[in-house]
Amino acid sequence: MARRAKLVAQGVAVGLVALLFILLSWTLLTEEGGNLAAAAARGERPQAPDFTLERLDREGQLTLSSLEGKAVLLNVWASWCIPCKEEAPFLERAWQQNRKRGLVVVGLDAKDFRRDARRFVKRFGLTFPIVYDGPGDTLGGYGLTGFPETFVLDRQGKVVAAFAGAVNAEEERARLRAAIEQALA
Amino acid sequence: MRRALVVAAGALVLCGSASAAGPPNAADLESELVCPVCETTLDQSTAPVAQKMKTFIRVRIAAGDTEQEIKDALVAEFGPAVLAKPPKGGFGLLAWLLPLAALIAGAIAVAVLLRSWSRRRAPPDDAQALDPELERLVDEELARFDP
Repeated sequence: MARRAKLVAQGVAVGLVALLFILLSWTLLTEEGGNLAAAAARGERPQAPDFTLERLDREGQLTLSSLEGKAVLLNVWASWCIPCKEEAPFLERAWQQNRKRGLVVVGLDAKDFRRDARRFVKRFGLTFPIVYDGPGDTLGGYGLTGFPETFVLDRQGKVVAAFAGAVNAEEERARLRAAIEQALA
Repeated sequence: MRRALVVAAGALVLCGSASAAGPPNAADLESELVCPVCETTLDQSTAPVAQKMKTFIRVRIAAGDTEQEIKDALVAEFGPAVLAKPPKGGFGLLAWLLPLAALIAGAIAVAVLLRSWSRRRAPPDDAQALDPELERLVDEELARFDP
C-alpha cells in the first residue's frame, strides 16, 4: 500500500515537472515578438499581430486586420514619453501627405491614462486614428522594447520595417519614408 | 484583569474602525500598486508613468475617494496587473489558494514520510538479537582491552 502511494506521488511529481516543461516550451515557441523587428530587418516581412482596441479619437474600436488593403504606419506611444512629443508632428505630416495614397497612420497609446492621451492628441493636433491599450497587452506580440516604436506594414499587414525609438533624426526619417514607399508599392 | 483585556480589545477595534473609516493613505496605496512600465510597486518606481499615478492617487484622495475606488479607477486604466496583490475572487483567487494547497500537500507529504521512517527505525525483534555465544565472545574480546 505504502509502495503504491509512493509510486503515485512519484508519478504526480514527474507529471508536474513535465507540465511545467511543456508550459515553458510553449511560451518560448509562441513568443515571437522579439523576432518581429529582426525578421523585418532581414527582409522577411513577418505578419503583424492583429488586435482590436478601443479608439480614443472617437467612439468604438479599431481592428488592425480591418485595414487590410491599406499600408499602415503603427506608432506606439505614451503621453509621458518625451521623444514621442518630438515625433508627433512628423507623424501627422506623414499621415497628411500619404493618406490619399492609401497609408493609414495608427497611434497606439499604451500604459497611459486616457485623459492624458487625449490631451496629447489635442495638443499636437493629431488627426489620425488613435487606439488605447492601457495594460499594454498588445505590446508583447510586437516585441516592444521601449517607447516610442514604429512599425510600417504593407497592404497585407506584413511588417516592412520596424523602428525602435523615436524617428527624429533626419537619417531615420528618410528610412521611414523609404519604408512607407515600400509598403504602398 | 479580564476587564482590562476587554477595554484593550475594544480600543483596538475602535482604532481599526477609525482607520478604516478615515481617508486612504497614499504611501499604503503606492506599496499596493504596480508601475505598468517597470513592474515594481509605485513607491519604488521613478518612471514617468509612476509619477503620474502617484499624482492621480493624491488627487483622488483629496477628492474623497476610497481606497477601493482609487484601485478600481487605476484597474480601469491599466488592467488588473496594476494590483500588487491579486484580487480575492475569480481567477485571482487561484493565486491565494494554490500556495495554501501546496503548503497543505507539503505538510501531508512530510507527515507520511515521517511515519514511514519511524516504522523503519522500530527496534529489532528477538529474531534479530545477537546470538548469546557470539555476545559472550565479544564480551571476552572487549574484556582484554580493559585495564
